[in-house]
Amino acid sequence: MELHRQLANLRQSFFDQGYLDEQFIQLEELQDDANPNFVEEVVTLFYKDSARLIHSIDQALEKQPLDFAKLDSYMHQFKGSSSSIGAKKVNTECTQFREYCRAGNVEGCKRTFQQLKREYAVLRKKLEAYFQFARQIGPIEMASRPN
Amino acid sequence: MAADYSLSGAQELHVLAVDDSHVDRKVIERLLKISCCKVTAVESGRMALQYLGLDGEKSSLGIDELKVNLIMTDYSMPGMTGYELLKKIKGSSTSSKIPVVIMSSENILTRIDRCLEEGAKEFLQKPVKLSDVKRLKDFILREENDNKETEEMKQGSCHRKRKLQDCSLSLTQPHDIPSSPKCSSTPLLKHSLLKHPKIA
Repeated sequence: MELHRQLANLRQSFFDQGYLDEQFIQLEELQDDANPNFVEEVVTLFYKDSARLIHSIDQALEKQPLDFAKLDSYMHQFKGSSSSIGAKKVNTECTQFREYCRAGNVEGCKRTFQQLKREYAVLRKKLEAYFQFARQIGPIEMASRPN
Repeated sequence: MAADYSLSGAQELHVLAVDDSHVDRKVIERLLKISCCKVTAVESGRMALQYLGLDGEKSSLGIDELKVNLIMTDYSMPGMTGYELLKKIKGSSTSSKIPVVIMSSENILTRIDRCLEEGAKEFLQKPVKLSDVKRLKDFILREENDNKETEEMKQGSCHRKRKLQDCSLSLTQPHDIPSSPKCSSTPLLKHSLLKHPKIA
């Protein structure tokens, strides 16, 4: 029981600290016994998409002059998938980046992208630890089964 | 009018979902399955047209097997946008009656208006929620039942035909008339569900 409480507290901290928002809960509600890993599967797809986009954006930021339209398009995709999983802080950085894109602000874009990559790395680490912990301690039903 | 809406829960809609985002495809697929819909998810407008047999190539499957009851498409997609896909569907002879719903993360009024004017049934803000899908399903099923009743009545025996046609005309909802998309957009906005900036 104690471990499940720890897991619950860990989960709650993500919301309290603004890493995740309501959309994550929406995904959790789509999970059931027949699809017990749905959220983790979606988040794994998010990592895959994000890795690809981060790579594309990194390359695009090396070019001179910057192709703001292309950068905005990549970031639109990134923002889409981050909002689909409820990645609140990452989403905020995406919005900021797009604003700098539209303003043609090179420094702003580069700075914000570094910030975005940091937020993404932090979130990924937290979520990976969370899902691993959840898997280790197993479902609640097993823990409270009488001996 | 013997419409039995209690049957609508047992009816399975077949939904064609179109989205270039892998994450979003997975989520919409799950939302639809939980809402007891059959789902076919594709990643582009081109693939959607192929599936519907509208890409000029001969479709290998019979139309009945493929019967799609609803198309849900993302707006911003590379190659062909959801808007362009909508136009192609509404311009086709075989698929124009299939209701099309546009999904977008961006709440741009001109974009919403354009889609509704082109005949989109609904414009949903992303991320799409389970409540959106459930509401949409009920709405589409009700329309399908109304259309089915209209068809069944039209197919009545010859000597009853004229009388029945009078009845069927009064059953048809205003927004089912495909020829005047402009006047259908106003009642649609009133029924339009949540997340629509025009609704106070």
